Amino acid sequence: MKDSMSNSFVKQVENPVLEIHDLTVSYDKKPVLWGIDLSIPAGTLCGIIGPNGAGKSTLIKAIMDLVDMNSGYVKLFDQSLDDIRKRVSYVPQRESVDWDFPASVLDVVLMGRYTNLGLFKNPRKADKEAAMKALEMVGMDKYSKRQISQLSGGQQQRVFLARALTQNADIYFLDEPFAGVDAATEKAIFKILQDLSKDGKTIIVVHHDLQSVETYFEWVILLNLRLVASGPTKEVFTPTLLEETYGGKLTLLTEVGELVQKGEFEAREKQ
Amino acid sequence: METLIEFFSFQYPNIKYVVFGTILLSISSAVVGCFTFIKKKSLVGDVISHAVLPGICISFMISGSKDPFLLIIGAFISGWISILVMDAIIQNTKIKEDAATGLSLSVFFGVGILLMTYIQHSGNASQSGLDTFLFGKAAALVGKDLLAFSIIAIVVLITVFFFYKEFKVISFDRQFARVIGLPIKRLEVLLTSITVLAVVTGIQAVGVVLMAAMLITPAAAARYWTNRLSRMIILASAFGAFSGISGAFISYSAPSMPTGPWMVMVLSIIALFSFFFAPSKGIMIRQWRRYSIKRQLLEENLLKTFYRIGENSGEHFNTVAMNDLQLIRNFSPVQLTKGLRKLRINGYVSRTDGSWFLTNEGFEKGKRITRLHRLWELYLTKYLRIAPDHVHEDADTIEHVITPELEARLEKLLEYPTSDPHHSEIPK
Repeated sequence: MKDSMSNSFVKQVENPVLEIHDLTVSYDKKPVLWGIDLSIPAGTLCGIIGPNGAGKSTLIKAIMDLVDMNSGYVKLFDQSLDDIRKRVSYVPQRESVDWDFPASVLDVVLMGRYTNLGLFKNPRKADKEAAMKALEMVGMDKYSKRQISQLSGGQQQRVFLARALTQNADIYFLDEPFAGVDAATEKAIFKILQDLSKDGKTIIVVHHDLQSVETYFEWVILLNLRLVASGPTKEVFTPTLLEETYGGKLTLLTEVGELVQKGEFEAREKQ
Repeated sequence: METLIEFFSFQYPNIKYVVFGTILLSISSAVVGCFTFIKKKSLVGDVISHAVLPGICISFMISGSKDPFLLIIGAFISGWISILVMDAIIQNTKIKEDAATGLSLSVFFGVGILLMTYIQHSGNASQSGLDTFLFGKAAALVGKDLLAFSIIAIVVLITVFFFYKEFKVISFDRQFARVIGLPIKRLEVLLTSITVLAVVTGIQAVGVVLMAAMLITPAAAARYWTNRLSRMIILASAFGAFSGISGAFISYSAPSMPTGPWMVMVLSIIALFSFFFAPSKGIMIRQWRRYSIKRQLLEENLLKTFYRIGENSGEHFNTVAMNDLQLIRNFSPVQLTKGLRKLRINGYVSRTDGSWFLTNEGFEKGKRITRLHRLWELYLTKYLRIAPDHVHEDADTIEHVITPELEARLEKLLEYPTSDPHHSEIPK
């Protein structure tokens, strides 16, 4: 009974650009996402919302094939990631890299062009122009020669976004792009995401600030170890569903997860 | 000097080979070392260099010959296994990276020493010279050995040349590299392989124990001089090459001196020099900056005090005794003498009969500092709502920082004020 009730808040769409089916993911042998089923329509600006430790970043990493799945599959444009990598762009969390790395802003942004370059080839003039254009879009063109360790948090985030923009992808995944950035940067980044979305690109953003959800996103995924809801913001961003996402700890689920980890079970039996 | 000319004229082919060999080995270790260094895996080189020993011994025991190619194969395999063991320990046990590194290193080295001792006591006559791997012997780098190690060094350099951008992106952002579809597993295997190869060849020159220094020291030194990976690699190579030539030269001019350890010594001196004297990151330049800021603060505080005294008396160009200055602000006698001397040299104050007075320039500068101080106090009370009795100390610092641009903006923001929160006049 309860199951069918909560499932009704997951809106499945026709011809999705992103489809996740029965996805279970473990981190350090502990299941952190249980049986996720969802689909996202093309051209949406979508937010993944949930409390700390809800598995928001893990969901994106699973889509990007950066963590192993216990079960399920992910399809992008009805294909597997390996077949359409050039249409996908990923912006990792800012803290995931060492900003003391010996590189300039332009060096980092140029990395976005490596897919098109192929092995053995160095970036050419056209790649540099594309990188500079992306830097201009994020308002960082003046800083192209700057060493990356001299950037502020907001500037680092802009550089990461510029790197993604050079890829000219059709779907963008951003992991906490607004974390620890100044208000001006947040506004600038949101504007860019909005423009991309207007051009028909799909944008999926891990986000933690509930205040801005309704302004920023037309589609919302509510997540807390399992999928609570996925649908148009107006329909699913409701007090009841938020309560279900943030309130009432799923102690039972967490404890079972810990047992799986301790006993070194596989989260899904291999057949 | 004569020795120097003799050395560089390469009259003896032997010298030519040794110099050529050591340069090549040093460069290939330095280049690979840049990547281990930026990946924060500096100790990996140490593990590999110790772990090749059992491979060398086993390869010798099986083949019974000291053919460099066979020994290299053995060394390569056991070097690789040590890395796999280390990763397996980290992934499958609760042991952390540092302990896994130590474990892998000591166990492999222990087995190596054990085997070597066994070989040495086995009565096999051809074993003599095998222990050069332990301590290195660059001066014996001739013939087939030289050929083998040169080929490997060149292979290592060519690989880095072709895969430079791939190695760079997996070192900086592994996740991103994976998402854009780079074969990161294969690239990492390649990078580890050339690291093992560079270590295997480098050992020939400096031995197992000093090998880590050959990898990391050039990279660490080069990092002080540049913020670009490409330049860092070129610089590290240059440092490596220089240490190779120097080591060969030193052992040539003083035959009792070993080549390898001297190469490491030269590298260490370069690194030490870089730590101290590199522009912008070196210790000296940072000390100098701190010193000049301290001096600037002292001078500006003195001028501000002069101005304050002038304000109190209504006459800014009267003479002022040192005591008067100390009454307003707690300057030490040393500070006073030093600061006033410097101010006089720069034309901000003059002196008559042991008393001091402001010049026009000094007056203007003292006025400006006072003005900035009061503007900042006003800004803090008005915009940050900080109580007027809490703003003085903050302003004492900020007054030295504000640029003329910021000053103009501050003035505009505060609508060209005339008095500060303590009702003192803000001088124009």
